Amino acid sequence: MSALKAKHQRLVLIVIALLVLVAAGLLAAWSLRNQANYFYLPSQMAENPPETGQAVRLGGMVEQGSLETMPDGVTIAFVVTDQDEARVPVRYRGIVPDLFVEGSGVVAEGALAADGIFEATNLLAKHDENYVPRELQEMDQHQAAKMAEETTVGIE
Amino acid sequence: MIAELGLAALWLAAALAALQLAGGALAQRGETPLQPLVRPAAILQGLLAGFAFVMLLWVFAVTDLSVKLVAANSHSLKPMIFKIAGAWGNHEGSMLLWVTVMALAGGLIALIERRLPERTMQATLAAQGFVALGFYAFLLFSSNPFERLPVPAPEGLGLNPLLQDIGLAFHPPTLYIGYVGLSVAFSFAVGALLTRQVTPEFARVMRPWVLGAWVFLTIGITAGSYWAYYELGWGGWWFWDPVENASLMPWLAATALLHSASVLAARDALRAWTIMLGVVAFSMSMVGTFLVRSGVLTSVHAFAVDPERGSFILALLALYIGGALLVFALRAGSVSEGQRFAALSREGALVFNNVMLSAILGIVLLGTLYPLLTEAFDVRVSVGPPYFNPASAIFAIPMLLVMAVGPLLRWRGDKFERISVPVAITVAIVVTVALIIGVATAPGLLPLLGLAISIGLAVASFWPLKGRRLTRVPLATWGMVIAHFGIAIALFGMASEGAFTKERLIALAPGGSTEIAGWQVTLEGVDPVAGPNWTALEGHLLAARDGGEPVRLDPQARNFWAPPQETTESALLTRWDGQLYAVLGDRASDGRWQLRLWWKPFVTLIWYGGLLVALGGVLAIIGRVLSDLKRRRIRVLAAERRSEQAMGAVS
Repeated sequence: MSALKAKHQRLVLIVIALLVLVAAGLLAAWSLRNQANYFYLPSQMAENPPETGQAVRLGGMVEQGSLETMPDGVTIAFVVTDQDEARVPVRYRGIVPDLFVEGSGVVAEGALAADGIFEATNLLAKHDENYVPRELQEMDQHQAAKMAEETTVGIE
Repeated sequence: MIAELGLAALWLAAALAALQLAGGALAQRGETPLQPLVRPAAILQGLLAGFAFVMLLWVFAVTDLSVKLVAANSHSLKPMIFKIAGAWGNHEGSMLLWVTVMALAGGLIALIERRLPERTMQATLAAQGFVALGFYAFLLFSSNPFERLPVPAPEGLGLNPLLQDIGLAFHPPTLYIGYVGLSVAFSFAVGALLTRQVTPEFARVMRPWVLGAWVFLTIGITAGSYWAYYELGWGGWWFWDPVENASLMPWLAATALLHSASVLAARDALRAWTIMLGVVAFSMSMVGTFLVRSGVLTSVHAFAVDPERGSFILALLALYIGGALLVFALRAGSVSEGQRFAALSREGALVFNNVMLSAILGIVLLGTLYPLLTEAFDVRVSVGPPYFNPASAIFAIPMLLVMAVGPLLRWRGDKFERISVPVAITVAIVVTVALIIGVATAPGLLPLLGLAISIGLAVASFWPLKGRRLTRVPLATWGMVIAHFGIAIALFGMASEGAFTKERLIALAPGGSTEIAGWQVTLEGVDPVAGPNWTALEGHLLAARDGGEPVRLDPQARNFWAPPQETTESALLTRWDGQLYAVLGDRASDGRWQLRLWWKPFVTLIWYGGLLVALGGVLAIIGRVLSDLKRRRIRVLAAERRSEQAMGAVS
């Protein structure tokens, strides 16, 4: 049981551990780069739409007068806008979060469908007045002021 | 008066922490007059912090509205249980709870831990005092929970309704005991490094403490997940929310630490690595506290934003982690000599487990911090399940596979032939299950792997008992078997829920009915109901399975008035093979009510698995403590016998 061998083994272990950790880091960095396109404002989505079916988040204001409920009673349609007047139609099947209202901020999780409508699987909105989704926090100065009062949160 | 008593106790406790630090540090240079004071100081500090916390509970229980914290977070109409829980459901109170747990843990070590060399214990208690001192400063200078209002408030503002839930009332203390318990691992690690006493005995001393913290963390995470599942009404059990990650990261580090401490205790290897994990585990608790308390990340669990507090915790974080890493860099070289082992050995498997856990920890840490990093460059990103799930699975899957066979390996070195039969059986089970489920249901890659591996692991976790007299298997081994089995059970629940959940979203008029996964669900009606500090709309559902006896389900949409907020109270119906989950939504213009129904097969196994893991930890603690006591008794008996012989020789 020579000291040299013990040292040698320790070195091999350290190298393997480092390699795995570096691999984890690279993997994380690579997938996080892909996630960099995860959050869209309506204007960004209009300019450079994500691929159909790719899971992304869309954040903006629910346009006044755009909210309607489909005859099945559980599907709603509305339009998300931002200050650049870009408009993205959204369809959502589900129970809307508390305080989800027109003129308020929302983050929709989902994907762009083939017909150009954003198919939301989850809406993030009000939970607590202290908690505003990061994406909505400083989206834009004039919206921010408004959202500070009206918007809230969901999480994920 | 009560509040002032609490504050005074806090100042005294801080002074004792300073004494503990000074005395323990001076003891490193040899005998000093302060040295005998260190242990009593630690014990008294624990008692005083506990006293301060009881005073806080008191002002909350009587709703003393002249105390700012009570006025801001409580309300006279609140049920008593939530008045008390309100004491820690806020920033100041939870920081006081943090310090209290830390001080009590320090006091407990000072009181009962006698196995390590006294110099190492002095260094450990000094480190414990050092860490506590930072938190006392934080409380006393920037987050005083006992601050008075110039004029008492007429009424309190109330507690966030999401927190008014029995599960959540006891969830934070549980998590905190786990979080802060890891400070003990940190202090032990620093103490051992300072005195270069990183021995198997050190690992044996540290292990029950880490196990204890880890059990509480496990229960806390399990309970938190169940809370998110039924209270938020979203039907999910893990959202990769920053606050959830903040509890997962120390758990991953502590899990790695437990396993590497086993190697150190049994085989005197992985010395420096074990010390490193002790530092990392508590650092992750601190990182978590920073993320949650600083407001840099928003989350449903995070409290209001306050940059000053964030900076304070960040400074403490830098001081403790930086200091510990500095000591580590200076001293690691002198402790790292250890025993050798072959790649195919118990140690080899445990090293593999450690590396994989560290990789997952890295993945979660990077994903949680990434939005902060990009924000520095003005890019807003949110990182969610599409990142966390696959990235962590890449490392979790090989880890789970090795976990199935690792406990069968012998220490030091082993031959593959010796374990080839159990390995072959396990692999056969995994492959068969994967084929059957894959062909029958095509549930998607991750759930499929999860189901197959969980069944293989569930069987394999009992291999270590094979051929042994069950009554003679040590409790610690039972603990390992049950904890590993619990992981398999939880994994099965997760994969099954992920693969086979059925969902129905429908608008029903009263009297209308729908069908989901063999359940016939009828909406009888919706009525207003009132609670102590809320009103609600309550849906009355009757659910019958395959024509059987109908069972009631009453989901609510609650309105709290202080503060005004709506919450969803889901209704759950539990059966042996899954849960029916109902949420009441809005009323559509035509008078129909929105209903969301889920059938979640075996979802409860997620939490039963978590509890089994914790139970395994408890058994391991009991086993370790009992065997230590036995060893001590044998030593005492041997000493007595020796002295008797000596007496005999004299006479």
